[in-house]
Amino acid sequence: MALSVSTEPKNLQPTSAGPVDVGPPAAGPAAATSAGPGGLGTTGGTEAPGTSGLAAISAIPGEELVDDTEPGGRRAGLVASLRTLGSKPGFVLAVLFIVFVAVTAFAPGLFTSRGPFDTAPADRLVSPSFDHLFGTDEIGRDLWTRMLYGSALTIKAALIALAIAVIVGLALGVLSGFCGGFVDALLMRVVDVLLAIPALLMALAIVTALGFGTVPVAIAVGVGIMPGFARITRAEVLRIKTLPYVEASRAGGASWLRVLLTHVLPNSWGPVAVLAVLDTGVAIIYIASLSFLGFGAAPPAAEWGTLISAGRNYLVTAPWVSLLPGLFVAATVLSLNHISKTLQERGR
Amino acid sequence: MTRYILGRFAQALGVLWAAYTVTFVVLYLLPSDPVALQLGAAGIETDKLSPAELHTAMARYGLDRPILEQYFSDLWGFLRGDLGESIAKQEPVTALLGERLGPTLTLTVTAGVLALLGGTALAYLASYVRWRPARLFLTRLPSFGASFPQFFIGLLLIQFLSFNLGLLPATGTYGWKSLVMPAITIAILAASQLAQVLMRSFDDTLSQPYVATARAKGLSRAAVQWHHGFRNALLPAMTILGILVGLTVTSAIVAETVFSRNGIGKLAQESVLAQDVPVVLAIVTIAAAIFVFVNLVVDLLYPLLDPRIVHGQRKAVA
Repeated sequence: MALSVSTEPKNLQPTSAGPVDVGPPAAGPAAATSAGPGGLGTTGGTEAPGTSGLAAISAIPGEELVDDTEPGGRRAGLVASLRTLGSKPGFVLAVLFIVFVAVTAFAPGLFTSRGPFDTAPADRLVSPSFDHLFGTDEIGRDLWTRMLYGSALTIKAALIALAIAVIVGLALGVLSGFCGGFVDALLMRVVDVLLAIPALLMALAIVTALGFGTVPVAIAVGVGIMPGFARITRAEVLRIKTLPYVEASRAGGASWLRVLLTHVLPNSWGPVAVLAVLDTGVAIIYIASLSFLGFGAAPPAAEWGTLISAGRNYLVTAPWVSLLPGLFVAATVLSLNHISKTLQERGR
Repeated sequence: MTRYILGRFAQALGVLWAAYTVTFVVLYLLPSDPVALQLGAAGIETDKLSPAELHTAMARYGLDRPILEQYFSDLWGFLRGDLGESIAKQEPVTALLGERLGPTLTLTVTAGVLALLGGTALAYLASYVRWRPARLFLTRLPSFGASFPQFFIGLLLIQFLSFNLGLLPATGTYGWKSLVMPAITIAILAASQLAQVLMRSFDDTLSQPYVATARAKGLSRAAVQWHHGFRNALLPAMTILGILVGLTVTSAIVAETVFSRNGIGKLAQESVLAQDVPVVLAIVTIAAAIFVFVNLVVDLLYPLLDPRIVHGQRKAVA
């Protein structure tokens, strides 16, 4: 979002802003080169308002009045952004929750004074209280603590899965969309075949082959959700390839590689990013499901799914052992879905 | 048209063969030691065997043959309906699947019907309602439903319907009462996906000129949505039928594990846990076959339901 907000004024007034203040590094070269042919860059944006995730976001009132380089310009933009955020409390809440979960994943010790394996035989199956936010399990381990240490495993697994899906999917999609012809037909048949195997079953086959644990599960889920990224990247590349600024750049003598790196990739990542946020949620559900089915990290380490599964035996007497961690997972995925949905709606 | 149908059949078979091959490659070529993996499933520890014993054990499961020979003989078996033998259970895979087909079929069909009805009703209602808060609530509901992990939905149902209210049995395979909760568990996710697509489809359809015309003629909003909107909005949603069926089939794995139902989904979970390669291969291939088959049927039916497609096809051929 920050990317589009700072590049758009340049497209509107290419002469005054110039290529001097290039905002984020990723957007820099693209914005500078597309500002060159001026008119072409703007038509590219207006031609496809429905699908372009980047061009449409920037229509924040007041943004066009103040130039970014003037004193106070950035602050005005910031105020406008904050106002937009203020009208979306659900979005802010979702982002805050995801930030919290991400922090717990990398520093679980920040929010608890206990260790994940500390047992307290006197406090078995204690119901939730201020002392034990999520209660305790059958051997007196604090579930809140175990949940936080669980996010270290689950979130990292989700990130590995996402990295595999995005990198491989992006590569396949770009190759397919850019080369066209035989390569495109071949790669898309491969993706069709991968799509024919439901993601969870693909993941199960890979886990059978690789064995159990957090990393195999992450790899399996990554491969399972990869075809979607290949598809959407290809569609975006095909769309952008036909836009006037690509033609202009080619006419100006830029090589295909340069066009790819400076025009196509920076402009196609919007929908991919939305899918990435959405699929982080999907990946978390799959990873939790696989560890729930018993294919995750070996005990006593506990992923989210393992914790929920372990609590099943105490559902009658101590329902919180299963249900509170489950609610935590649901809240995480719901937040990610909401963020992705809001970004998508803003992009339209 | 005949050429189109034959072409689609050939394509479907091709995809199915490729899906089988991909799964075979994953299961037989990915592990560092496929022999140890498979013999491990039979309870044999390869490092404790003498070379001669190891050779007998490998010959027993046909693992001493070159990988290509294994591939072709397995593929030939699949084509004849022989899915090989489970290593962990020492039983033909077809027999294992046959025993457990009944409960899974009942469950997935019930869940599928529930999902279709629920998802359609939700989308229909959401696009009919005009009161903003209700509309917002209804349109957000699917993404809510899709956010809850299925095993968690299952546990919630067990907690409330079985333990708190005592209405339904928490586990079990037989009787309609044991079917209700797993079917709901599966249906919620599928219905959410369907409703999301249908809502978008309703939005598109209801902004078409013919809807405005019908309204201008003086038809009520309800009548327009029912007579003009509904069937047209259903058409695009048909394309995700294959995905929905795939989703229902895979959801059975989680649902049957949560509710301890003795079906194919539970078999899948047990087989992965035991690393029983032939059973996993069979189940993944069958799931892919179901997905390919449903997509084929949708593709062939679509021109019949939406004549516009046929005209486009003829033009393209001519």
